[in-house]
Amino acid sequence: MKHTISILVENSFGAFDRVATMFSAKGFNLHSLTIGETEIRDISRMTIVTSGDDQIIGQVVKQLNRLIDTVKVYDLTKNDRTERELALITVLYQKGVLEELKNINDIFRGKVVDINNKSITLEITGPPAKINAAVNVLLPYGIKEMARSGTVALKRGDQIKQPRKELESTKL
Amino acid sequence: MVKSKKLSGADIFFESLRRENVEVIFGYPGGATLKIYEKLYDIDFLKHILVRHEQGATHMAEGYAKATGKVGVVLVTSGPGATNTVTGIADAYMDSVPIVVFTGQVPTHLIGNDAFQEADIIGITRPITKHSFLVRDVNDLAPTIRKAFYIASSGRPGPVVVDLPKNMINSECDYEFAEKISIRGYKPNYNGHLNQIKKAAKIISEAKRPLLYVGGGVIMSDSAPELTSFARENNLPVTMTLLGLGAFPGTDKLSMGMLGMHGTYWSNQAVNNCDVLVSLGARFDDRVTGKVDTFATQAYKIHVDIDPTAIDKNVLVDLPIVGDVKKVLAALKSAMPATPQIDDWWNEINSWKKECPLDYDMGDGQLRTQYVLERLCDLTKGDALIVSDVGQHQMHIAQYYKFNHPRSLLNSGGLGTMGFSVPAAIGASFGVKDRQIISISGDGGFQMNIQELITAVANKVPVKFIVINNSFLGMVRQWQELFHAEKYSFTDLGSSNPDFVKIGEALGIPSWSTDKIDEVDMLLEKVLDINDGPSLIEFKVAKEEMVFPMVPSGGSISDMILERLNPKRMV
Repeated sequence: MKHTISILVENSFGAFDRVATMFSAKGFNLHSLTIGETEIRDISRMTIVTSGDDQIIGQVVKQLNRLIDTVKVYDLTKNDRTERELALITVLYQKGVLEELKNINDIFRGKVVDINNKSITLEITGPPAKINAAVNVLLPYGIKEMARSGTVALKRGDQIKQPRKELESTKL
Repeated sequence: MVKSKKLSGADIFFESLRRENVEVIFGYPGGATLKIYEKLYDIDFLKHILVRHEQGATHMAEGYAKATGKVGVVLVTSGPGATNTVTGIADAYMDSVPIVVFTGQVPTHLIGNDAFQEADIIGITRPITKHSFLVRDVNDLAPTIRKAFYIASSGRPGPVVVDLPKNMINSECDYEFAEKISIRGYKPNYNGHLNQIKKAAKIISEAKRPLLYVGGGVIMSDSAPELTSFARENNLPVTMTLLGLGAFPGTDKLSMGMLGMHGTYWSNQAVNNCDVLVSLGARFDDRVTGKVDTFATQAYKIHVDIDPTAIDKNVLVDLPIVGDVKKVLAALKSAMPATPQIDDWWNEINSWKKECPLDYDMGDGQLRTQYVLERLCDLTKGDALIVSDVGQHQMHIAQYYKFNHPRSLLNSGGLGTMGFSVPAAIGASFGVKDRQIISISGDGGFQMNIQELITAVANKVPVKFIVINNSFLGMVRQWQELFHAEKYSFTDLGSSNPDFVKIGEALGIPSWSTDKIDEVDMLLEKVLDINDGPSLIEFKVAKEEMVFPMVPSGGSISDMILERLNPKRMV
């Protein structure tokens, strides 16, 4: 089963690398990985999609927690959450199908972000399943290039506890 | 707050080591660390041991750390100096040994340029370190060193690498001792969950066939006294892993010896038949469990470990307790509602002991390792600090030397690093002054870090080096005989082995060699009396001796091989 894991990680040298290396060193699956800034200046959020049975996912979470640079690890799969992914998809088109492509884009509530007389680039955002659906529909038209951001996710706001004790420092 | 003063990176380095109470460092100078060595010339609060190869330095630091519980410190230069430490770092990672390895590095502006003696040691060691740091600002140096020592020695200990670019060592900044540093992502949990502990106590007290399975964590956390009193008070059988030996006195009637691949017959039978298995600071390593599906299938499993990742990693357990085994054992002892009634269980265990005792045969007149170890144990009363290498002799030590104290057997358990013993014993000698230190290697492993004998001579360390020479890579030969069609492929060292006595003598080490059973005591007594420098004995033993019992790799306890079934025509 796929699990979405959210990690708050120190914005320090080698920290992202350490997380990625752990997956290969332990032989865990890594389907997608995103990194970005957070509301806290020196902490980044990594969102990882991995898969495995309960024992493996338990190990993934514990191994992530064990890294010194990870401040907090959440398995969001257990929570009510919001998941989004962004895809840029460039499709080559022949005369006559541009309208069809625009319709498909509308159905997926996408945006046309680039167009010329040979190709059109759509920006589609949503849960990963929606992106997969859009890709499947567009495939027969000939996808020239595609870039997917990987999943970002947050648990829903009513589950956030205040204050965020986990961000307090260990004092020696 | 102490008033700050301007110091160079090299000064801060030594000031930080002084604050961490470092008394010895193992190192080898080079271009990137010249400034540190310039300062070291006038430093007198610590001893610098000049090794002959950087791998030796890391094993010495491990030996020192394993023997004393303090952090072992290594200082090497960039590039090859750093890469030579890798095996020792991996070894320390597998056996949870607190060491801090300082590596020189090319100046920050040259990093990534394939500069002379540049190696990405942080990248290379990432999967084999507990943590690592590249110092990119001299202002970070003092807090980084403080963090490195704290991380290495707390929680589940492990190796930490600190990479020091040359310009960080040379440049200056305002220095303040980092009294308070913060690591928000690192909070080891020392106190076990009280309700879990109470539940464990109830289950153990009601058990009919309980067994304590003790690992290196008990020794590392100095919990041997707590373990001993808990086991004795409740009359519990204690079996130990290779790294756990010494946690409980080997001569005690409750001691079952080692379990696992070359464990005692009765330990493995007990694991197979117990109804409650209490793992204390052990990690269900594959050399212990064999085939996981058939390991202790009848047992309710309680697992105490400070590292949450150890739990449910190899074997799913019923009751995990994350915490310091010292605190958990103390709490467990006071939470026991009653003493378990297990006389029948002991009768069963004792009958297994009679059924298949450890034994060996010297009827052919050839010397055996087991005999040497029995004599050594007798002459040292089980009180010596034994530093083993890896292979058959290591397993024979685990079986035949009865360790009375914790921190008495140092060896490479997880990584199985040949060449560990010689440097680790030297390292231990700088922390342990009141015990006999005996390094025992096979003829293969002895040659892997043989250059460190020079370090032993240079520092007059009173280590007794024993070489068990069977002219073979014995353990590999054993597997070749049992599982690989008796193709003794590249394991016969006999014709190319050097004259170990001449090597010793060339270095000024009093050295002896024998293959005679009746000379063993005399030679051992001789070296046990030499305390002003190293000494060496080569024991030439039977070439084809095996280590039994043996559970084949990946096999079940029921697959245990107890003796050579059809004695083979010998080589």
